[in-house]
Amino acid sequence: MNELVFFINNVIVAGSVTGSIYAIGAIGVTLVFSIMRFAHFAHADMMTFGAFMVLLLTLAFPGVGSVVGLPTPVVMLPLAIVLTSLLAVGIDKAFYKPLRAHGVKPIVMVIGSLGVTLMLQGLIRLFAGTSAQNLYLGGERKEIYRLELPFELATRPVIVTEPQVILFVLTIACVVGLHLFLSRTRLGKAMRAMSDNPDLARASGINTNHIVAVTWVIAGGLAATAGTLLSLDVTFKPDLSFFLLLPIFAAAIVGGVGHPYGAIAGGFVVGFAETLAVFNWSVLLRPIAHHFPEWLELPRNLAFVGTEYKIVVPFFILVAILVWRPTGIFKGKVI
Amino acid sequence: MAAIIDVRHVHKAFGGLKVINDCSIQVEQGSITGLIGPNGAGKSTLFNIIAGALPLDSGQVLLDGEDITNRPANELFHKGLLRTFQIAHEFSQMTALENLMMVPPAQDGENLFSAWLKPGLVRQRETKVRQRALEVIEFIGLHHVRNELAGNLSGGQKKLLELGRTMMTDARVVLLDEIAAGVNRTLLGDLVSNIERLNREMGYTFLVIEHDMEMIGRLCDPVIVLAQGSVMVEGTIDEIRNNPEVIEAYFGSNVA
Repeated sequence: MNELVFFINNVIVAGSVTGSIYAIGAIGVTLVFSIMRFAHFAHADMMTFGAFMVLLLTLAFPGVGSVVGLPTPVVMLPLAIVLTSLLAVGIDKAFYKPLRAHGVKPIVMVIGSLGVTLMLQGLIRLFAGTSAQNLYLGGERKEIYRLELPFELATRPVIVTEPQVILFVLTIACVVGLHLFLSRTRLGKAMRAMSDNPDLARASGINTNHIVAVTWVIAGGLAATAGTLLSLDVTFKPDLSFFLLLPIFAAAIVGGVGHPYGAIAGGFVVGFAETLAVFNWSVLLRPIAHHFPEWLELPRNLAFVGTEYKIVVPFFILVAILVWRPTGIFKGKVI
Repeated sequence: MAAIIDVRHVHKAFGGLKVINDCSIQVEQGSITGLIGPNGAGKSTLFNIIAGALPLDSGQVLLDGEDITNRPANELFHKGLLRTFQIAHEFSQMTALENLMMVPPAQDGENLFSAWLKPGLVRQRETKVRQRALEVIEFIGLHHVRNELAGNLSGGQKKLLELGRTMMTDARVVLLDEIAAGVNRTLLGDLVSNIERLNREMGYTFLVIEHDMEMIGRLCDPVIVLAQGSVMVEGTIDEIRNNPEVIEAYFGSNVA
């Protein structure tokens, strides 16, 4: 039974954590793509920026969290969301809008966003330094929940940490909120309309500049949420989210780029694929090892790929799914 | 009668190609004005300029005396200037009914504030818009496909949907770009009578690009002939038909 607990801890919990982060990140990437039709590479660094804002706010107001019974960084998250949204709108005004006004090709926007990525990363490094920093400051501790399984043989608990629980709750909230927004509100429908046919949207009286701004606000907010929750789960580093950029894009494409529900599905597919690929299967096989023929010796580590090659997994999944369904799991292009 | 659309000395070139060359036209309030001309005369370009889809190089466009030069299409929509597209546009991933419901006169719910804080009010308006959309879709004869995705409709049905869109709001001027192309003859009759009815009962002014001379003859007075980017002649359909210059432009000099 302990082997099963090991599996739950290392695959179910870890996969859900990675999947949630990828999903929230991929929703932002996919929304920006569906409205502005370019791959926004600076999204990962907007995530880092959000986490950095939380770090600064937590340093400025330590101990606020104890008043409401949540970790201070989580209490600071709404403010960081607002700041990151403002940053996203500001970046658009300063860099992307002039490019759009010139009617440049999407590839120029993509290269522009790479520039923004490097700039943001540099700025964060300048102020935060390059070392890892814990978001739990001033004596606050990461709560760890140990859930004992009601089986006699399971002596080890399932372990979930407080930031992971918050991550799951916020992921569900983001997904439900986004669904209601896109399907119920006029603004959400206007976004769908613009992603479908921008010319017609304008001719139908939809202010497309307004929609672009709203898209950046949502993308910025989601980025701040994902970045903060990731930093809470591990630690804050200036290049933390940059390394998530590729899996997040893989998730967005796997799900069908431009499709938010696809991004969610893609996020979890990639997240679980990663954890399953690096999982040591020999742990699960060990209890039944005595049934194996003698010549078959169970190796100590039986994973599909070593942890250091984890980054190839999203791309393997990406290629495999695109061969099977060239437009992604959900047919992408339009929200 | 006063001119509701007044285009003054408009120039537009794509690279070295002068498409619109010192073009001035007036559309009278309450008229159904036809805009014809051989291929490449600049009709659609002029349309796109008036509708705010293309920036012009020089000149001026007035809507009821107000300067609307280079204003974006969504702003013009709220001033009551609507257009249809030569190649029918639709929101392909929404149903026909939802397509119409995208275009109520005031985009109330687009305000986040009211969407979250006054859901009752928004729902009430939504019901009203749906009611109107159902009436319109009945009127244009697409009731049976109202719940189909618009992307799956036929070319002719998409054209009808385009006309339906202009009926969702209180327009002042509607620019129709080859609305008849791809629509079958029986539907065309309905289309023409719908346009006449909107003109007579709702006071819509129409500016119509059309290749179908029969439809132009039935609907339009006056008719403006565009050739090589400027106005060649303007008059009633009979005057146009008998004008030697027009005949030459359309059929070449040896016919006349």
